[in-house]
Amino acid sequence: MVLQSFKNCLWLSCVLRTPKACFWSTAGGALIIQSVSNDVYQNLAVEDWIHDHMNLEKQQVLFLWRNSPAVVIGRHQNPWQECNLRLLRQKNIKLARRRSGGGTVYHDLGNINLTFFTTRKKYERMGNLKLVVKALKALRPQLDVHVTDRYDILLDRQYKISGTAAKLGRTSAYHHCTLLCNADKSVLSSVLKSPYKGLKSNATPSVPASVKNLFEEDATLTSEMFLDAIAKEYAVQQQIDHHITLINPADETLLPGISNKTKELQTWEWVYGKTPKFSISTCLNMAYKDSVLDVKVNMDVKHGRIEVCNIDLPEQWLPPGLCRELVKGLTGSKFCPNETTTLVTTLLRVYPQDDELHSRCSLLCENMIRLM
Amino acid sequence: VCIHRVRSCSSIRFIKSKYVCVFDKSALKFSHQQRLFRTSPVSCGQIVQFKLSDIGEGITEVTVKEWYIKEGDSVSQFDSICEVQSDKASVTITSRYDGVIRKLHYSIDDIAFVGKPLVDIEIDTSKGVSPEEDVVETPPMSHEEHTHQEIKGHKTLATPAVRRLAMENNIKLSEIVGTGKDNRILKEDILNYLAKQTGAILPPSPKAEIVPPLQKTEAVPAAPKDKARRIPVPASRPIVFSGKDKTEPVTGFQKAMVKTMSAALKIPHFGYSDEIDLTQLVQLREELKPLAEIRGVKLSFMPFFIKAASLGLLQYPILNASLDESCQNVTYKASHNIGVAMDTEQGLIVPNVKNVQVCSVFDIAVELNRLQSLGSAGQLGTSDLTGGTFTLSNIGTIGGTYAKPVILPPEVAIGALGKIQVLPRFNGKGEVFKAQIMNVSWSADHRIIDGATMARFSNLWKSYLENPASMLLDLK
Repeated sequence: MVLQSFKNCLWLSCVLRTPKACFWSTAGGALIIQSVSNDVYQNLAVEDWIHDHMNLEKQQVLFLWRNSPAVVIGRHQNPWQECNLRLLRQKNIKLARRRSGGGTVYHDLGNINLTFFTTRKKYERMGNLKLVVKALKALRPQLDVHVTDRYDILLDRQYKISGTAAKLGRTSAYHHCTLLCNADKSVLSSVLKSPYKGLKSNATPSVPASVKNLFEEDATLTSEMFLDAIAKEYAVQQQIDHHITLINPADETLLPGISNKTKELQTWEWVYGKTPKFSISTCLNMAYKDSVLDVKVNMDVKHGRIEVCNIDLPEQWLPPGLCRELVKGLTGSKFCPNETTTLVTTLLRVYPQDDELHSRCSLLCENMIRLM
Repeated sequence: VCIHRVRSCSSIRFIKSKYVCVFDKSALKFSHQQRLFRTSPVSCGQIVQFKLSDIGEGITEVTVKEWYIKEGDSVSQFDSICEVQSDKASVTITSRYDGVIRKLHYSIDDIAFVGKPLVDIEIDTSKGVSPEEDVVETPPMSHEEHTHQEIKGHKTLATPAVRRLAMENNIKLSEIVGTGKDNRILKEDILNYLAKQTGAILPPSPKAEIVPPLQKTEAVPAAPKDKARRIPVPASRPIVFSGKDKTEPVTGFQKAMVKTMSAALKIPHFGYSDEIDLTQLVQLREELKPLAEIRGVKLSFMPFFIKAASLGLLQYPILNASLDESCQNVTYKASHNIGVAMDTEQGLIVPNVKNVQVCSVFDIAVELNRLQSLGSAGQLGTSDLTGGTFTLSNIGTIGGTYAKPVILPPEVAIGALGKIQVLPRFNGKGEVFKAQIMNVSWSADHRIIDGATMARFSNLWKSYLENPASMLLDLK
């Protein structure tokens, strides 16, 4: 009895680097955990936490999670290039930037996410994806699914049902992938289409693909069934019990420091500020009274902020002082509709209050924010 | 308790008696950063080429996506140097050494090759990279991670400088909680630990962890001074505060605020404050709240304050006016577009409710709900934020009683509402009763508004709110 409890004590202190609460008491070389939260930021924070704090030498981890509607862009991507931000704001769909590379995906509860945590040495994506395919085939042998050399999983040789991304650190690594079970395809295609023109960027571009839900192959399939099948296959391969531990990403005692990680993932500096430098060169077609004004706009955006701004307005359309103040104000401010609107409206306060000036300024502002 | 058991039972790797500086490559399966490193002591300033290590999966090249450091920066071991990407995998490259970055071999978006130099680091070997001096604890050291120590199966990360500090002060690293990345022990952690041990007073922290000697005298009040003296006070240890000033440029929205507020200060302000008894209004709102909820609207006090202000402005229209630049003309605005100051993540924004003079209290509540939800989502439009003629700022929701609000040009008056407090007051019969009291502080442009006008407006506004039924008489 004493020896047994000692073994657990020794073992537990090896599993987690933090000496605090660690009561994930399964024995064996691997652990399967599932998040009880559908918040994309909380779930991404769990990935960060495991990557930073868990000692994966003794134990690998499979993390299962699902999110309420969200668009997730890769570490080095440009959200303006990848999705329709206006639509996201309207539909209240969250935008998150993950720490792994790769392209943009749309998550909702009809999509499941799997993260395979290993040490850096044991990082191996193909093996993980083959495990997923094996699990799918075990569930429904007639499914035509296979892994491509781009680490996608295709259904019927043409439809993408899973995308992959990975993060490697000094000693640990993770590989995560999505799986389309029953996601809303119409929302998916509309939010992942960028309306922004004139963008020039070196950010990692996404490769668009036709998608299909596994549900369309067999309407009896549900996300829960897939989660279960994959967990079972993982348990078999890792030679552990098919036991899924539920975790709450808001539990600071279990995961000390997790709320800070969650907060960081939600900051503007992370989501938008990490966008690689890009430039916009476009023309605003502003309908004013009976004519249409062509206004050329050129901007350089770095760290999500406007570094250089040029707006080519017709002469005297706005008082030159106001034009200069506007450009001065925009320079250095966030490339964000809210910031621009508050900037313009605040500046207007110190100018003579004639309606003409106000309506012109508002028009310009509204057109500018359409770029953001 | 755990510690002892582990030490006695676990298999401890035995250390080599003398630490060898050169990496034993055969011990490493993964060639982590290879060094060009000499074993004999060298003068400080050895430049080492830190090469890009193997990524795995047979990958030979990656794209550099972000540098976390620049030439001239100091780095510690395990600090992140850069982020590279290869085929959907994002890799964080960390430093192998303490030192100063001397050269970056690649720019952003360049292709970097595995096995080729990534950065040049100047190592200050005089600072003691060799860990021979380290070590207070029993040191089972592995070949790979020579600055790690396995203590109760728990790796302790700390740079050599930190380890020396610990050793000098006879501190066991295992007893310190690291606050750095990966729970690394930082110099600050050692200093904090020391301060706690010796009772030195640190700069006040929010958690108030200072151990004042006075506390210990509660049990024995007789000789407090003696007790205080028994706690060893450090001779003259310098209090170390490693925070640094941070300078940021004033950008965007803040720049605009600077301009507006500078213009506002040109306005000669005068203030007028008063106390409002909201007891009856509180009761009225309680009755009306459920009715509004049925209609899907949250009813706060603001709609009442706003409507009462508009009724007051009908009698004193000069408060809803605007003075031109040259102070030659006053424009009396027909619409009462009453602005409501909102505190958002970015700071202060003031959307306004248009044409309050023709709105009912419920209409105002609906509009406020709309503005509040747009405001918190960061989606207010230009029309919501322009055209205001008069402003109310409900700073009381955050706290405070009296304030000195600044007029927002081109307006000429503003009111700041304090919090509602339950206070004892005398009624007509001379009895003390519980009153719901709120303070209001007005500021007005003294170039066109005089104290008497402001006072009369305030009294009228106050009377509407203290006796809400009287609003019915004048509602349009």
